Amino acid sequence: MNVAVAKTGNGRAVSDLFASAEGRLPGSPAVAAVRREAFETYERLGLPHRRIEEWKYTDLRALVGEVLPLAAAPDAAALKRAAEAVKAHAIAGARKLVLVDGVFAADLSDVKALASEASLKTLRESLDKDAGLLRTASTDAVIALNAALATDGVALSIADGTQLTAPIQIIHVAAAASASAVTRSQVVVGKGARATIIESFVAAGAKTYQVNDAVIVSIGDNADVAHIRLMDDAPDAMNVSSHFVTVGANVKLNFFNMTTGAAVSRLQGFITFSGEGSELAANGVNLLQKTEHGDTTLVVDHAVPNCVSRETFRAVVDDRAHSVFQGRIIVRPDAQKTDGKMMTRALLLSDEAEADNKPELEIFADDVSCGHGATAGALDDSLLFYLKARGLPEKQAQALLIQAFVGEAIEQIADDTLREHVIGIAERWLERRS
Amino acid sequence: MPLLEVKDLKVRVEEREILHGLTLTVNEGEVHAIMGPNGSGKSTLSHVIAGKPGYEVTDGQILFKGEDLLEMDPDERAAKGVFLAFQYPVEIPGVATMTFLRTALNAQRKARGESEYSTPDFLKKVREVSKSLNIPQDMLKRGVNVGFSGGEKKRNEVLQMALFEPSLCILDEMDSGLDIDALRIAADGVNALRSPKRAMVVITHYQRLLNYIVPDFVHVMSKGRVVKSGGKDLALELEASGYAQFEDAA
Ligand SMILES: Nc1ncnc2c1ncn2[C@@H]1O[C@H](COP(=O)(O)OP(=O)(O)O)[C@@H](O)[C@H]1O
Ligand SMILES: [Mg+2]
Repeated sequence: MNVAVAKTGNGRAVSDLFASAEGRLPGSPAVAAVRREAFETYERLGLPHRRIEEWKYTDLRALVGEVLPLAAAPDAAALKRAAEAVKAHAIAGARKLVLVDGVFAADLSDVKALASEASLKTLRESLDKDAGLLRTASTDAVIALNAALATDGVALSIADGTQLTAPIQIIHVAAAASASAVTRSQVVVGKGARATIIESFVAAGAKTYQVNDAVIVSIGDNADVAHIRLMDDAPDAMNVSSHFVTVGANVKLNFFNMTTGAAVSRLQGFITFSGEGSELAANGVNLLQKTEHGDTTLVVDHAVPNCVSRETFRAVVDDRAHSVFQGRIIVRPDAQKTDGKMMTRALLLSDEAEADNKPELEIFADDVSCGHGATAGALDDSLLFYLKARGLPEKQAQALLIQAFVGEAIEQIADDTLREHVIGIAERWLERRS
Repeated sequence: MPLLEVKDLKVRVEEREILHGLTLTVNEGEVHAIMGPNGSGKSTLSHVIAGKPGYEVTDGQILFKGEDLLEMDPDERAAKGVFLAFQYPVEIPGVATMTFLRTALNAQRKARGESEYSTPDFLKKVREVSKSLNIPQDMLKRGVNVGFSGGEKKRNEVLQMALFEPSLCILDEMDSGLDIDALRIAADGVNALRSPKRAMVVITHYQRLLNYIVPDFVHVMSKGRVVKSGGKDLALELEASGYAQFEDAA
């Protein structure tokens, strides 16, 4: 009964949204057809809810209720606010690609500086030729909604053998209140290339807004990639991001996500090994307070033999916040000598804080080494007392222990500037604690 | 005014009374030794002075420079000059010793309304003190006490004492688990900090430590009370006769 009501309500809102957005959505008639089909999928499924196994802990119908209308293309005032936000969140030395309310902002981006090392198109430009970017294997409702409504994004291509001399930072800025930004991007890293890609999600004045982002990454053989995501949205925002990553042979991929904002957030990553000899380190940190809900869901698919995956996840949960980690490791029948491990640790800072951990191993090969572990607990009183006895006030003593707790994951970011930037975001989160 | 006055202190842990009315007065510049068998309440006394949670003070009071210490949080006590060198210093993985030292020192200075130490001054001071205590610089980069030997942990406590410059140092069983060389280094560090403005309370089970840190007064604790006080010779008497006589007396 409840479900039928929610679906009708959501369905109607989205129909209106789609009808009113259609004129703004880039792409040829062929692209429009793909969008309509994706929209129909979404309409049929509605927002994910707890009876969908993959979304059991993150019931978007209950948590979010409805999808907000697409944001209008940013006006001069919005771009001005966005420029300030970009200044505040830019990483020193990185080349910026800025999307404001789901639209690429060339004036705020380092297009020229990037041109010598990577080729860049917007989603808008890419879709002129090809609807392929809107197609992914998943039939997940939020991904279908993303395909239907994506207004823009960046399509980056780094040629074989290129060693980027500076990181690329894609900054998503929310400037419009009570609206959605729906974006889709593509990153292609050529064989033997070396790249650091950062995605930052920030607000410029907007409080209540929704982000639905999708990124399709493909990494060529022998490439070395650091992919860092920083979800630092406004406290009342929603952010659902989906990642599809295909990893070639002998690749080193260092993936890191940190969530420090948004009332409701979910990162769902689907990482597939398609070539042998590759190593993935996937590290996540959730820092949640108030009534925030943060979900990190990673599916690592060992489709070929001889790959290593290491997932380290840390959640710090305060007040009445709720952290979710779902980690699935799939080892296909041919994927012998797979080495896949994940470790989750949650630090609960209040009696009402909650952390759910769902590890799943689906192993179809026999000569593998896979495992998972999880712990959850409060700060250690004896450590807190030691620090206080040395003069640290309670909050500062807690902060030091919390930093140490998440440090294990953050330390794996090799670049000093980048690591300091990430630590800075964590420190600001600590300062916001009541 | 005495630096520390513990008056008729009664303390319970989990409904059981551990200190049954303990009285102790310590003046500036004095070194007091508290000796007593295991379980007599020595660590309990030191924890209550430092402000460790879990102890219920049912009677008596503790004054520090005339102020009610029991009303203060542990960090306030530290900033006012109370320092406890722990019997069992904890390991804090992920917090570099250097970061910890600087954060703690600056927190204390801030609480006293003093300016923060500049980085060069701080580094110079740490280098000086750690050198005199035979603490390699490499140790300061590791997590607090992580992978330290027993002797290194105790020396790290003395290092902090030297950096924070407290007016009251309580050393809880500094000698436990130390061989004679390690003990000598730590004791030398402590002796270097003796001053007319600073008092020390040296808690120990054995007389041995008092050969190195020579006290002005010795108190014997048994079953939650001070049962005898005297000069440094009392420690030698105890060495000869043992604690049994006091256990009976208490
Ligand atoms: N946290 C505690 N819970 C219960 N009993 C305790 C606790 N701490 C100390 N005690 C008891 O208090 C008494 C005194 O202990 P303690 O102060 O550690 O003695 P000492 O340091 O002289 O060896 C002992 O009987 C001990 O078992
Ligand atoms: Mg003891």
